[in-house]
Formats: sequence, structure tokens, C-alpha cells
Amino acid sequence: MASTTLPGPSPRAARARRPWRSLGAQIALLPMAATVLFVYVGTLLWSMRISVSSSKVFPRDDFIGLTQYQRLFETERWNISLNHLVIFGVLFIGACLILGFLLAVFLDQRVRGEDVLRTIFLYPYAMSFVATGLVWQWMLNPQLGIQATVRAMGFPDFKFEWIVDQNMVLYTIVIAAVWQASGLVMAVLLAGLRGVDESLWHAARIDGVPRWRYYLSIVMPQLTPAFGTAFVLLSISVVKVFDVVVAMTQGGPGDASEVPAKFIMDNLFNRANIGLASAASTVMLLTVLALLLPWWYARAVQARKEGQR
Amino acid sequence: MNTTAVLTNTTTQAPTLRKRPALTPARIGVYGLLISSAAFFLIPLYVMITTSLKPMEEIRLGNLFALPMHASFDAWVQAWSSACTGLNCEGIQVGFWNSVKIVLPSTAISIFFGALNGYALSFWRVKWAGWLFGILMFGAFVPYQVMIYPLVRTLANMHLFGTLPGIILIHTVFGMPVMTLLFRNYYAGVPVELFKAARIDGGGFWRIFFQLMLPMSLPIIAVAVIMQLTAIWNDFLFGLVFAGRENLPMTVQLNNVINSTTGERLYNVNMAATILTSLVPLTIYLLSGRWFVRGISAGAVKG
Repeated sequence: MASTTLPGPSPRAARARRPWRSLGAQIALLPMAATVLFVYVGTLLWSMRISVSSSKVFPRDDFIGLTQYQRLFETERWNISLNHLVIFGVLFIGACLILGFLLAVFLDQRVRGEDVLRTIFLYPYAMSFVATGLVWQWMLNPQLGIQATVRAMGFPDFKFEWIVDQNMVLYTIVIAAVWQASGLVMAVLLAGLRGVDESLWHAARIDGVPRWRYYLSIVMPQLTPAFGTAFVLLSISVVKVFDVVVAMTQGGPGDASEVPAKFIMDNLFNRANIGLASAASTVMLLTVLALLLPWWYARAVQARKEGQR
Repeated sequence: MNTTAVLTNTTTQAPTLRKRPALTPARIGVYGLLISSAAFFLIPLYVMITTSLKPMEEIRLGNLFALPMHASFDAWVQAWSSACTGLNCEGIQVGFWNSVKIVLPSTAISIFFGALNGYALSFWRVKWAGWLFGILMFGAFVPYQVMIYPLVRTLANMHLFGTLPGIILIHTVFGMPVMTLLFRNYYAGVPVELFKAARIDGGGFWRIFFQLMLPMSLPIIAVAVIMQLTAIWNDFLFGLVFAGRENLPMTVQLNNVINSTTGERLYNVNMAATILTSLVPLTIYLLSGRWFVRGISAGAVKG
């Protein structure tokens, strides 16, 4: 279900069904053309242009080559934030995929109250990342949150102060983000599971294949497109992660939960370092492209194969 | 490891189609995992609600999971009408109304353009349209930070920076990729014969759009409304940058209320404010059910 709605190369048949030309259609598409040219192309070029200038508070028109990029990768805060992004990304995506898959498979066992359970697993996704960050900030608060509660229950030595611990704070953001987003993976994979032919299981059962093996070897490969969609969705939100960090830790303590998106915003608006921020945002853009191109390529190849049949 | 064991055991009994399997230990394991996960997902909601109903004296006792002894909605009233951001103590209601003012026009306008683009792309031949659409889809993935500074400058030059029309324009522009995709896919499923018949009857571009296609699009418009209401209501970044002091949406104000308080933090008020901010998207989610899920899979490119 999810994969059919993604943009693929338009089928050849589509050209045949659009024989009509009209001035109206061209006028109607002007706002889209303007958006594409000015917002999606224009701003990217503009940002890239700034990233090779010496702009600080105001943009300057000079050209200093890749000096800003060099400066960027000599900035400790940026390197730390990239490092955090990798750790966060791997843990967040891994945990969401595993938890989402388990939830989807278990929900698929014809359980009672499936609708209620699905509603519960997905509701955090309807909340804003700001709200999520604030709730978890409150629960993880060492003075009054989980730590204090467990201590009051008779374990005075219990320690759970990750959110103020430089080495652990990043994991608290992972927990909050997984809580919010694993329901999304569950929804996408459940839709995929419902598309798996039931008779495969009957055949497998006759051959004596155990149920876990059936899910691992027969169902999982069929879910590859759904996993791909979920993976891309999660990766994009990793690169963009900003709201939840601002709400939960403001990048702290110190710079222990700094992330690239926040680094860029700080340098744009608080530190008047436009050139550096633009270089950083260009690096982010290239990262996203590096993630997307293989996926798009795979989809194009697959679409061509299906077209030949 | 537990889960694989559970799954293996289910093979020993014969699940018949339609009928639910009998309650074996394996089934109990399935339910056990589902129910404990449900608890993990519900605990923050529970903590949010109970905290917001407790007076501060109870909160200071430090029992996060206890039910309130003297439940009251005082904190909700305070959050709504007198919580402070800096020197401004008018409560989170200011943000609520700002969000309403931003969300309603942004939703309507972005859906209109999505439908129009989708229709023009599906039924009409326009030079370059394929290319434009391709770049638009790519735009859905670009990290917003790359575009923010140039957009701030452009809007400032147009005297739209920090204004209501400015933030509405921003939401319209950034909603365009998903909305266009959503409607293009929907119209791709409309039989082309219907369109041809309308052409033969002498319908022009706009007439077919307003009198035939839009009325046919109600189901997908409903999905689009759900998606845009939720997404724009939950937006933080654009509101923070583009809305301006006068129009800060509720999410930004919520963050300001909680993360900029000096003196003692009123956790009950904070949690009440968080609930109030989440109430709109949660209500939409609970009412819309499966439509919401449809929106997620359709909006899969958005991220």
C-alpha cells in the first residue's frame, strides 16, 4: 500500500492518457513552477553560493573556495553533532524497525482488540515532537521523575539520571524518538503484512516450517518495499531531528546532545555565522542525497523490470 | 529469544481461518508482549494527565505514577489563561488562537493547490510538467535548514517575514510536494473516459476541475485535511523562524513556557499546557482512525 503511492517513473501509459493541451493547465501549474524554481532550486543554489563566501552577519559576494567547509570540519561542535547523529540514527532506526516489526507481526496474529492496540501504538505519532520531548523531559527529571519514584518505593540507591549525564543524554532522546515513531513503522509494515498471501503459510505449515521461520524467511523478504519505505522515512527524520532536542535538552548538558540541524539554526540566528551554517546545511543536503539516490535507483530498476513483463 | 519461542509454539496448534486460535501459553505470550508494549506507549500519556491534575505539593512528593489525591483542573486553567512566557502572562491560549489562524488558511490553500496540480498533471499535457513534478518530489526530502536563510531574506524583501501571510505562504509551499503527490495518485485512478466525456461535452480546464473533479475528490480531500491539520499544527521549526513574535504558534509558545521559566517550575501547569497543545492533533487522530493511517502511507515521502 505504501509503496504504490510513492513517486516512481511515470508509466508509459500515462502519456497516452494526457492528450489534452490547454492554456488553463499551463496557468494552473504556474504556482507549482514558481515554487519549484524559486523555493526548491533557487534557495539551494543560494545557500550553496553563500557557503563559498566569507559571510558572517550579512551575506558577502566574495569567493573563498571551500574555506568554510574546512572551518566547519575543524569546528568541534559540528564534529560532535555529526557523531551524535550517527549514533542516534543507528539506534533510532534499528530500534524503530525491530519494535515496529514485532508489533506488526504480533498484531497480525488475529488478536482481540487489534483496533484498540493499533490506536495506542500509533497515537504518539500524532503528537508534536515538542510535546514528546517535554513529556520525556519530565519523566526523566532526576529530582521528581522515574528516579525519585523508584527511590521512594524503597530503592534509595536507584540511579537513573541519563538526561543530565553527558554520556547518556543522547540515549534519552533515542527513547523519546522511538516512542514517537515506532508506531509509524508498525502501521507501514502491518499494511505490508496484510498483502502477504495467506496460502503461503498453509503451504509452509504442511512442510513443517515453524512459524518464526515462516516470518523470517518468507514474510520478511516480501516486506522489503515496506521496510524500504519505513527506512527512508526514518532516515529523513534523523537528518532533520531538531524539535525533540530543543524541547528535551536544548542540546545539553554542554554539547552532549547537539545535532547538526540545531547547529545550523544556532549559527544562522544566534551566532551570525551564515557562511558556516550554509556550508553545514549543504553537507546535510548531500547526506540526504547519498541516502536517497540508491533507493531511487533501485525503484527505477524495479519499475523498468516490471514494465518489461 | 522469548518471542521466537512463542512463535514456534503457535505452530503446534492448528489455527483455522477466521476463527481466533484457542488461548494457549503461546497466545498468552503474544498478548503479554502486546499489552506490555501498550503500557510503554501509554505511560507518558498517563503521567502527563495525572501530573496536570495534581497540586505542586503532591508533585514534590516525587511519586510520578501515583494518582492525584486532590485532582483539580486549576493547572489547566492556569496553563490556558495565565502561564508566562517571559514577561507575557496571557497563557497558552494566545498560541492556540495563533495556531488556528495559521492552520486553517494554510490547510485550505495547500490542499487547493495540491488538487489543482494533481489534476493538471494527471489529465493535461504541459511541457516540462514531468520535470517540475520530479524536482518537487525531490524537494520533499531536502532538509529545511538548507532553505531557511534564503527564504528569510526573500520574505523580508517582500515584507512578509514575521507576518501571518508569510507563515501561511511557507506552509503552502512546503505542503505542496505531498499534496500534489496525493492528488496526482488519486486522479491517476479516475477513469480517463470520464474526463474524455466531459471534454466532449465542451468542458474546459477550470470547469472540469471545479464541477467534476473536485466534487469527486471528497475522500482524498478528507485524507489531505487530516494530514495537513496535524502536520501544520505540530510544526515547530517554521513557526519559530517565520511566524514572528505576534503569531507564534502553540508548539513554539509551549516550548517557551516550559523552557524559559525562571523561579520554581510549575510541572502541573507545564503538563497541562503540553496536553492542551496535543489535544487538537490527538482528537483528529482518534476521530479519523484508518483515514489517518491512509494519510501516513500516502505522505510517506514527506518524512
